Amino acid sequence: MSVIETQGFTLDNSGKRIVVDPVTRIEGHLRIEANLDDKNVIRNAVSTGTMWRGLEVILKGRDPRDAWAFVERICGVCTGVHALVSVRAVEDALKIQIPDNANIVRNLMHATLYAQDHLVHFYHLHALDWVDVVSALSADPKKTSELAQSISNWPKSSPGYYRDLQTRLKKFVASGQLGPFRNGYWGHPAYKLPPEANLMAVAHYLEALDFQKEIVKIQTIFGGKNPHPNWLVGGVPCSFNLENTGAVGAINMERLNMVSSIIDQTIDFIDNVYLPDLLAIASFYKDWAAIGGGLSSQNLMSYGEFPDIANDDSEKSLLMPRGAIIGGKLTEILPVSLKDPEQIQEFVDHSWYKYGDAGKGLHPFEGVTDPDFVLGKGTKGTPTAIDQLDESAKYSWIKSPRWRGQPMEVGPLARYVLGYAMGKPEFKEPVDMVLKKLDVPLPAIFSTLGRTAARGLEASWAAHKMRYFYDKLIANLKAGNFATANVDSWEPRTWPATAQGAGYCEAPRGSLGHWIKIKDTRIDNYQCVVPTTWNASPRDAKNQIGAYEAALLNTPMAIPEQPLEILRTIHSFDPCLACATHVISPEGEEITRVTVR
Amino acid sequence: MTETFYDVMRRQGITRRSYLKFCSLTAASLGLAPAFAPRIAHALETKPRTPVLWLHGLECTCCTESFIRSAHPLAKDVILSMISLDYDDTIMAAAGHQAEAALEEVMKEYKGNYILAVEGNPPLGNDGMYCMPGGRPFVEKLKHVAKDAKAVIAWGSCASWGCVQAAKPNPTTAVPINKVITDKPIIKVPGCPPIAEVMTGVITYMLTFDRIPELDRQGRPKMFYSQRIHDKCYRRPHFDAGQFVEAWDDEGARMGYCLYKMGCKGPTTYNACSTVRWNEGTSFPIQSGHGCIGCSEDGFWDKGSFYDRLTNIKQFGVEANADRIGLIAAGVVGAGVVAHAAASALQRASRRDKASADSAQKVEN
Repeated sequence: MSVIETQGFTLDNSGKRIVVDPVTRIEGHLRIEANLDDKNVIRNAVSTGTMWRGLEVILKGRDPRDAWAFVERICGVCTGVHALVSVRAVEDALKIQIPDNANIVRNLMHATLYAQDHLVHFYHLHALDWVDVVSALSADPKKTSELAQSISNWPKSSPGYYRDLQTRLKKFVASGQLGPFRNGYWGHPAYKLPPEANLMAVAHYLEALDFQKEIVKIQTIFGGKNPHPNWLVGGVPCSFNLENTGAVGAINMERLNMVSSIIDQTIDFIDNVYLPDLLAIASFYKDWAAIGGGLSSQNLMSYGEFPDIANDDSEKSLLMPRGAIIGGKLTEILPVSLKDPEQIQEFVDHSWYKYGDAGKGLHPFEGVTDPDFVLGKGTKGTPTAIDQLDESAKYSWIKSPRWRGQPMEVGPLARYVLGYAMGKPEFKEPVDMVLKKLDVPLPAIFSTLGRTAARGLEASWAAHKMRYFYDKLIANLKAGNFATANVDSWEPRTWPATAQGAGYCEAPRGSLGHWIKIKDTRIDNYQCVVPTTWNASPRDAKNQIGAYEAALLNTPMAIPEQPLEILRTIHSFDPCLACATHVISPEGEEITRVTVR
Repeated sequence: MTETFYDVMRRQGITRRSYLKFCSLTAASLGLAPAFAPRIAHALETKPRTPVLWLHGLECTCCTESFIRSAHPLAKDVILSMISLDYDDTIMAAAGHQAEAALEEVMKEYKGNYILAVEGNPPLGNDGMYCMPGGRPFVEKLKHVAKDAKAVIAWGSCASWGCVQAAKPNPTTAVPINKVITDKPIIKVPGCPPIAEVMTGVITYMLTFDRIPELDRQGRPKMFYSQRIHDKCYRRPHFDAGQFVEAWDDEGARMGYCLYKMGCKGPTTYNACSTVRWNEGTSFPIQSGHGCIGCSEDGFWDKGSFYDRLTNIKQFGVEANADRIGLIAAGVVGAGVVAHAAASALQRASRRDKASADSAQKVEN
């Protein structure tokens, strides 16, 4: 038992300990432990990544042009982001310039993912934290229709539509086979929506499930499949042919029309279903604008994204801003570099890895990952049946990345706060609109609700950017510019003996970086530091806590055995644990401790 | 009260006519003759929803993401009307103790009568603790749930073969699930990920006919995995005519020529990509200009660069016969030919015995 003061927070693990494992409705495997005081308020939080895959050691010795496919498999939810950052890292190392069309197609594919991923997160991973499915059974369909029509002109909103849906829902519940809704927290006192809002949200849960599969068809057109479309070092693999023989075997007018049509539908769904739902639901949960802020009012970071000018990641090119805020100083945006060894460093003092020197941080170019599964003395259970972890020792498969020694929060909220602080109207105006509609002050954005709202605004931003990129592409094609790939450095014999590069990306979940070293045409080492590594990170040598742990502190829980409040805040980050927990040695040493059963 | 699939569809307001249309679409997507549609309709009208318990090991969740892309049937209808998806950590409402309770309840209530679907695979290294949901080795959870399952589906290349985390040097000793579940029929649905409609097609087949689909020697449903992508590729005529893409975005690329010289693995990859295609038939890798990387084949990560021509990595030329290519693709080159013969003999001896696929796998492995 101990009390720790850090970053303005007080951690006290003397109270009752609860464990949530598995945390569901996320990607991958995450465990949360928390101590509650006698009023059931969280006073200590412990975030543990419970899986490790070791992808980077697998990359050692391989062809750098293949790396995108391996790392793409880090995550199938934010599919393609690792492939994008990987081809950027290789292109940076080999100084390859990609054609403008390739840049536009990549931006379009990436914006497509933002729209689909945020939509699926809101409805299928996050909504059940706020929406009580069983309460929807007692809704008045007519009032539900009135509610829906008062917030949007979305056509599926008649009383009959909601009545039919409710009838189906009633029979589904009566069947006793509740499927994914089994053992949910229905009737929990933290659910605040009236039955009508619940029914409307359930309807849109189902509509969004049908619709999300349409959005990704854009990735399929340019990349051949989704999840896991194909990418290419030097450009994109698809070619354009609009009028000549063989056009049916390339990206032609029919394909482009399909892309354009999907963009229209995506903007329509996000602006007329997702955003109105978000605002309607948020208006019943304004108390959550004061809960779950964690690090967001202190430290935020973004690497920047969507280069408007091909091969240019300067401020004038990046449509989504790059920078860092420390200590809540919104007036000072600090420059961020992926290559400066003093900026990004990873620590392992509380992670199941070991370095030569304890308490030391390593830049990804020089990083080491040597697994070291050792449990602290305070662990309850056995090494293969852990009932409670000891956070004073090592307790996670996730490392602790720090920026200039500071834990950072990354993700949509970080990007929106940066855009707001820079005074960029396309970020500032929507935020002000939401604050006004909910009648809450600016600091309300530093919260669980703020995180969820920023993601919704960003989904809309991305959907409209899809239209922007499409129009740019058409303008190029009109001007006779069809090039999609630069093959000057495709052949490995043209490469220097050694090279190194870094790839940046803002993935839907936040800042993502890959670092590659190439030697004799093969990968000599490869490192990834991913969004969830930042947010879910365990403590560092100075006991500084990461974003998840900070955000859970001081949250009151209604029923400790039913961890709805914990799920709300953790889900507001949209965790991706397969991403967070795959790091491995750049030296590529093999793991020797293997017990085969 | 147990409801049949038909009851569920009817009370959801689906008309008899749409229902029958659904049945014929299902028949078509399974590659069955239209005459099968009434049989599907009958089966769905008389059977209750089968519980499915969907576990995640070391994986990237691309299989779940692919599954929810299914257009016919819609993922929504599969999840809410055709099966009872009582455990799937990616979408289930409950977490922690409540989630684990759901798992145990269903295993007890439907003992021997639920389907276990596995995405990802168990690592055996570090006492299994490289994947430790609930603070315990995933491999233990997998064995526990498999014990009373009626059948096991291995979604994707992770569960089927090991996939990317099992690529050399396999730091976590990740293994395909048939290495730890040895007493159950396992239906392997490989791919990284598998095609959505193939996933729902396999499930629908099992529910409709109440049996495991006919499997090949490697445990894959023949209906989707018995032909190579190359066999049905729309660019095949260019291969036969010797018209190839020679460099990215060259004239040949813009003409839709064959990608063989760019490393396409279509000639050695068994999957339905060139026929069913992806995302409701929108496209597939070759159609969008990139060669097939062979993601449904065992060990595809360790067969050389995705851009190496097949001639560089395996000994067959353009004119090699199909049998030889097939053997290479099936991973039975060299000494493996003996295993192939043994497996075929075994299969003949125990045809239609569900053990045959497993035995064949053991011989191979």
